[in-house]
Amino acid sequence: MLQMKGISKVYRADVVQTSALRDFNLTVDEGEFVAVTGPSGSGKTTFLNIAGLLEAFDAGSYLLDGQDVSRLGDDARSRIRNEKIGFIFQGFNLIADLNVFDNVDVPLRYRGFRAAERAQRIQRALELVGLASRGKHLPSQLSGGQQQRVAIARALAGEPRFLLADEPTGNLDSVMARQVMELLEEINGRGTTIIMVTHDPELARRARRNVHMLDGQVTDFTEFEAAIRVRETRAAAGA
Amino acid sequence: MFAYHLRLALLSLRRTPVVSLLMIVAVGLGIGVCMTMLSVYALMAGDPIPEKSDVLYAVQLDNWSPDRPFGEPNEPPRSLTWRDSLALLERTPAGIPRTVTVGTGFVVEVPGAQDVRPEIVTARAASVDFFSMFQVPFIHGSAWSASHDADGAPVIVLSRALNERLFGGEDSVGRELRIGNDLLRVVGVIDHWQPTPRFYDLSVGAFADTDEAFVPIALFDRHQQDWGGVSGSINCWQAPPAEGVFHSECVFAQFWVELPDETAVADYRAFLDAYVNEQKKLGRFARPLNNRLSDVNTWLDVNEVVQDDNSVLLGLSFMFLAVCLLNTVGLLLAKFLGRAGDVGVRRALGASRTRVFGQHLVEVGLLGALGGLLGLALAWAGLLGVRRLYVDYERVAHLNAELVAIAVGLAIAAGLAAGLYPAWRICRIQPATSLKTQ
Repeated sequence: MLQMKGISKVYRADVVQTSALRDFNLTVDEGEFVAVTGPSGSGKTTFLNIAGLLEAFDAGSYLLDGQDVSRLGDDARSRIRNEKIGFIFQGFNLIADLNVFDNVDVPLRYRGFRAAERAQRIQRALELVGLASRGKHLPSQLSGGQQQRVAIARALAGEPRFLLADEPTGNLDSVMARQVMELLEEINGRGTTIIMVTHDPELARRARRNVHMLDGQVTDFTEFEAAIRVRETRAAAGA
Repeated sequence: MFAYHLRLALLSLRRTPVVSLLMIVAVGLGIGVCMTMLSVYALMAGDPIPEKSDVLYAVQLDNWSPDRPFGEPNEPPRSLTWRDSLALLERTPAGIPRTVTVGTGFVVEVPGAQDVRPEIVTARAASVDFFSMFQVPFIHGSAWSASHDADGAPVIVLSRALNERLFGGEDSVGRELRIGNDLLRVVGVIDHWQPTPRFYDLSVGAFADTDEAFVPIALFDRHQQDWGGVSGSINCWQAPPAEGVFHSECVFAQFWVELPDETAVADYRAFLDAYVNEQKKLGRFARPLNNRLSDVNTWLDVNEVVQDDNSVLLGLSFMFLAVCLLNTVGLLLAKFLGRAGDVGVRRALGASRTRVFGQHLVEVGLLGALGGLLGLALAWAGLLGVRRLYVDYERVAHLNAELVAIAVGLAIAAGLAAGLYPAWRICRIQPATSLKTQ
């Protein structure tokens, strides 16, 4: 499904160079739910941007759904984003002027669906996230959890094979966060591959697979899991 | 997709009403000023008779003072003496349409019509080719005949407006009018005819109304003294004799010929030279040969119908439009870059750069169109002001359908030109960067 080999990405600003990804390797199979964790500055978001074709990389190869996407032009990358990838952002990133229905409609417009099909897909996506009755509401009239569910509906309306979530619960309280996670699990259960970047080890554990990043590379996963267990043991002992 | 982009554009206008209004006003002001000047200029500089402007030639002969030219550096007078006009009319080789014309005026009354008051009308004496050469349209009857012309028969052609006033608009061919002691028979009524500029006689202003009545030149010649005389400029370099300007070196008559090609022009120039050389032998035309033949557009230039001031003002108005557009570019940049986050989201969801560019171009096109509508209103008000301030411009200070179309087209083009750079900038932003800053 997703195969990155030897990816590197360097940000250059005047004389300063920052290596965001270094010899980054990751393979994600179809239907997986992968949580990507790591401290700030470890390259999680850069990885997600490259995975979502929002950013180019300097070296390495990237196969998405069997297609080499390294050298595609803007139109082709946009088409793949539109057809195969759904995005969920920490800040929801709904368009404030558009109501819920129209926000979910955005990717479908670029897909070129006819109005009837768009309406059908939007209705289905909003029903899935439990907001079918809120189509006319503006984002500002919804709670954070509801806005994130609209964002999920928007990501799902085009029925992408691949969902990229960047801290999807980062701006939500624990109850809302749990609801969103349950929704993501349900979506993954239907066969959609999900890659979720998170700081939260609790959420990461709910994914089927964890990937830990440090200094722009994937670190040994078993060490990461062991570290979590050590932390949990210490916390229990302290309690 | 256009309809979707148009809807987004309207939403965007609603989201930032003040900035949007400022941009519309900026474009509107620029377009309004530009269109006001362009409207006046276009009608001034327009070709009044496009089908024939390159075959109709105004004749100039230099009979001016031996001591100084009529105009610097060596310009001949812009009209002819009466005697030269009549001589050229008679001696121009057969087959060459020619006309001599001079403005006049007289009191007309309808004999026996108690309810129609006598009135003073602006009139024109002309030889018969005037009507065919200048494509004058008739609604009733026709021009007088060549024999009427030669004999100075008491006939008259009326304008549509005068026919309305005197005869209620009915076909008045055959009816009689009294001018002084003469009864003139109506032979034709012309339709609305208003060449702008009024090229055939610029001596009373390039934008004057066309005449209300036309009479044969020979008839007018007989009534030099008892009708209204000559209306228009009479220029003399020496005092006219006691017999009056018709027997002097004073110039006031327009003479036109129709010449189909360069050869005909060269032949006619040779004919004029021969005529002047002959006159020189009789003691006239003391200046060196300086005859001119000017086609219609050259004639308008010679008479400076479009003055340099107008060209400068037009240039300044376009510069003003450019300044307005530069302001609009700044406002658009601020507006578009302020929504980089939304654009980042759209890019992430599958909008290509082309789509984002198109979306923003539709928005600037809409702004341009709204600015254009405001500009039209301002241009209308501006032209109203021009008409109030300058009576001479009353005829040219108008918007017509063509100018309205130009205004809207110019506004949209101006809006798009102003929007190209901001739209290009916004479509080049990196989605990852703009999403990060949301």
